[in-house]
Amino acid sequence: MPERAAALRRDRDGGARRSDAPLQSHNDMIDPVLASRFQFALTTIVHIIFPVMSMGLAPFLIYFTWRDVRGGDPVYEQLRRFWTKVFAISFVVGTVTGIVLEFEFGTNFAAFSTTAGELFGGPLAVEGMMAFMLEATFLGIFVFGRERVSDRLYLVSSLAVGVGTWLSAVWILIANSWMQMPRGYELVSENGDEVVHLVDPLAAYLTPRFGYMYVHMQNAAVESVALFMAAVSAFYVYRHHVRGEETEHIAFWHKTLKIALVALLITAPLQVLQGDLYARHVYETQPQKFAAMEAVWDTEAYVPEYIFAIPTDLSQFTDPRAKELFGIGIPGGASWLASGGDATAEIRGLNTFEAAAPPVAVVFWSFRAMVGMGFWFILLAFWGGYRWYTGELFEDGLLHKALMASGLLGFVAVELGWVVTEVGRQPWVIQGVLKTSEGVSPGLTGAEALITLAGFVGVYAGILALYVYVVSRVIRDGPPSVRELRSTAERDAAPTEVPGDD
Amino acid sequence: MTSAVDALAAGPVLGLPLPELWFALVFALLGTFLFLDGFDFGAGAIFATLSDDEGREAVLSAIGPFWDGNEVWLVVFGGALFAAFPSVYAGLFSRHYLLMFGILGALILRGLAPEMYEQRHDARWQQWWGRSFVAGSVLAPFLLGAFAGNWLVGSPRSLTLVGVVTGVAVTALTVVSGAAFLRLKARDALPETVTEIGVAAVAAYLLAVVATLGVLATRLPAGVDALLSPPVIALVAASVGLGAGYAVALRRGASLVALAAAGGLTYGLIAVVGLLMYPRIDPATGATVGEAVVSTLPLNLMSIGAALLLPLVVAYFAVLYSAFSGPITAEEAY
Repeated sequence: MPERAAALRRDRDGGARRSDAPLQSHNDMIDPVLASRFQFALTTIVHIIFPVMSMGLAPFLIYFTWRDVRGGDPVYEQLRRFWTKVFAISFVVGTVTGIVLEFEFGTNFAAFSTTAGELFGGPLAVEGMMAFMLEATFLGIFVFGRERVSDRLYLVSSLAVGVGTWLSAVWILIANSWMQMPRGYELVSENGDEVVHLVDPLAAYLTPRFGYMYVHMQNAAVESVALFMAAVSAFYVYRHHVRGEETEHIAFWHKTLKIALVALLITAPLQVLQGDLYARHVYETQPQKFAAMEAVWDTEAYVPEYIFAIPTDLSQFTDPRAKELFGIGIPGGASWLASGGDATAEIRGLNTFEAAAPPVAVVFWSFRAMVGMGFWFILLAFWGGYRWYTGELFEDGLLHKALMASGLLGFVAVELGWVVTEVGRQPWVIQGVLKTSEGVSPGLTGAEALITLAGFVGVYAGILALYVYVVSRVIRDGPPSVRELRSTAERDAAPTEVPGDD
Repeated sequence: MTSAVDALAAGPVLGLPLPELWFALVFALLGTFLFLDGFDFGAGAIFATLSDDEGREAVLSAIGPFWDGNEVWLVVFGGALFAAFPSVYAGLFSRHYLLMFGILGALILRGLAPEMYEQRHDARWQQWWGRSFVAGSVLAPFLLGAFAGNWLVGSPRSLTLVGVVTGVAVTALTVVSGAAFLRLKARDALPETVTEIGVAAVAAYLLAVVATLGVLATRLPAGVDALLSPPVIALVAASVGLGAGYAVALRRGASLVALAAAGGLTYGLIAVVGLLMYPRIDPATGATVGEAVVSTLPLNLMSIGAALLLPLVVAYFAVLYSAFSGPITAEEAY
C-alpha cells in the first residue's frame, strides 16, 4: 500500500495547479484524496434519494393537480395533497443536501474545477438559473398557495415545479455526460497547467451519452416512485382486504395502487430495454467500464453473461472474473449484449488498459444487482397487471407482500446504477483526461478532510433518519379525510374556512 | 453552426466589457442572496426573542413560501463564479474549506427546521427545531460575512479579525431586513419589540461597518487610500442615510419602505466590497478579473444564457411575491 499512497501523492502534487498553498505535511491522519472521494461518494449517494423522489413524483403531481382543478372526483384532491407533503419534504432535504455538492467541487476538487471549470461550470450555473429557480419559486405557490391563487395559476405552478425538477436533471447530466465522454474541447497550457478550453459547445454539451443517461435516469425516477406508491398502497389494501381490518380512505389507496401499477407497467419494461441500448453504448465509448461491469480481465471473445452469479468462495466475491464464476451464464451473452447480436464479439480486457482498473467487484456486483432488480420490477408489473385484469388486484396477498418488500428497491437500483456509472469510470474523473486523484484540492489537509467527512457521516445519518421518520408519519397519518376537503362550491362560498396545506 | 461558433469565439458579444460585467453580476447575485435570504435569516434571529406559539408560528408562516427560492440565489452565485472565474471559485472555496462547510451546516440547520417544526406539536420537539432554526439563521450570515471579509483581504486563513467584524456586520444587517419583513408580513401576531429590535440592529450594523472599515484600513494593501475613494465615501454616507431612514420608516409603520432601505443597505455593502476588490477578483493570489475570466466562447455563451434567463427568474419571483403579497392570514399555518 505505501507504493499506492506515494503514487496518489504524486498525482496530487502533479495536480497542484495554480496553488500557492504551503506544501503538505506528509503525516496526515488520512489521505485527503481518499477522504475527499469518500465524502463526495457519501454526499451524492444520500442526496440522489431526494431528487429521485421529487423528479419521480412530479408527473404524478401534475396529473393529480390537473384532475383536482378540473373538479369531479375528490380523490384527486386527496392524492394531490397527500403526495405534495412527501414532495415538499423531499424538496427541502434535496435543497440543503444539493448545495453541498455544488460547494464540494470547489472545496474538495479545486484542481478539477480549475482544469475543467470553463466547460463544466456553465451547465451548473445554467441549472441554477433555468431549473432550480423555477422549481423553488413555484414550489412556494404549489405548497402554500392553493387558497391564494386561481386554479389556472395553481396548475401552472405544478407544471413549473415539475418541469423545473426535470430541467435540473438535464443540466446536471449534461455536465456529467461530458465527464464520461469528453468532446468539443482542447487542452491548453496556461502558466504550465493544462486547462480545458471549450471549442465546440454542441459537441461538448450534447454528447450521445447525455440522451442515454437522461432517459435512463428520469424513467428510473418515475419507476422508483411508482414502486414506492405501490408499496404504500399495497400495505393498506392488504390490511383492509386480506387481513380484514377496516381501513380509512380505502378508495384512496385503491386509486393509488392502480395509478402506480399503470406507471410501473410503462416504466419497468422501458427501463430494461433502454438500459440494454445504454450498456451497448458504454461498450463502445467506455470499454474499460464495460470490462469492469462484466469482469473481463483478458481480451476475449464469446464472453458469457452471468444473470445469476454465485460466488463459491470469498475471493470470487471480492475479485470476480468472468468465465471462472459459478452461476447461470448465457454462453456468449455478454458479447451478444455488447455488440448488439454477435455472441462471438470480442470484449477488451481490463489488463489491456494503461490506467489501473476500477474496483471491479463493486462495479460487477452492482451492475448485476441492478439488472436483476430491473427484471424483478417487470415481473411485479405484469403480475399486478394480470391480477387487475382478472379482478383480483385487491385480494392477492402475496402480490401485496411482494410490492411492500419492493417499495424501496427502485431507489436501491438507482444507487447501484450510479455506482456502476461513477465507480466504473475510475480512476478517471474526466474519462481519459484527468484522474480523480489529480482533481483534489492541492491545499487540502488530511485533518480538514477527516473533520468534514466525519461530520457528514453523522449529519447525513441524522438527515436520513429524519427523512424516513417524517415520511413514515405522513404515510401513517394517511390522506386528509374527505370531510376536510372542499367541494368547489364550498370553496367559492367560504374560502377562509378551509385549512391550508400543512 | 460552425460560423456561429467562430463568431462567438472571435470577440465579446456586442463588444461588451464582459469580464467586468460578470464581476459585477457575481457580486449582485451575492447581494441578492444576502438581501432576500437575509430577511429569512433575520426572521430566524428574531424568532429567538419570541416565546409564544402564535408569534413563532407567524414567523415560520411569513418566510414559508419564500425561503427555498431565496436560498437558490446562493446556488446561482456559486454557479456564476464557477462558470466565469473557475480558478477563483476553486481557490476561494478550497482555501476556506472548513468555513464553507460551516456555512453548509448552518444552511442545513436553518433549512430543515421550518419543515420539521410543524411535523409534531410537542414542546420538546419544537424547542429543538426552534433552536436549530435560530442557530442556522444566525450562523449562516455570520460565516458568509466572514467569507466575504476574508475574500476581500485575500486572507489564507478563515478565522481572522476582518472576517469576524464583517460577519457581525452581515448578521446585524440580516436582522435589519428581518425586522422590516416581519413587520410587513405578520404585524398583528408579533409584539412591538420587533420594531425596537430592527432599530437596534441598524445601529449595530452601522457601528460594525465602521469597525470593519477600521480593520480594513490596516489590512488592505492600498490601505486608507482605498477607503477614501469618492465612490466608497458616497456609499458609506448613503448607508448612514438609509439606516436613519430605515429607523424612521419602521417606527412609523412604513414597513415596505423600511424593507427597501434594508435592501439598499445590503447592495451598498456588497458594492463597497466589490469596489475595494476591483480590479482584482482573488486578492489572495493577486489574480485580476481579466486574468481569471474564462475564454471568450464560454463567456459569450454564459452571457447570452444569463441575459435570457435572469429576467425570467425575476418574473418568477414577481409571481411568487405577488401571490403572497400582504400580511399572512391566521389560516395560513406553515
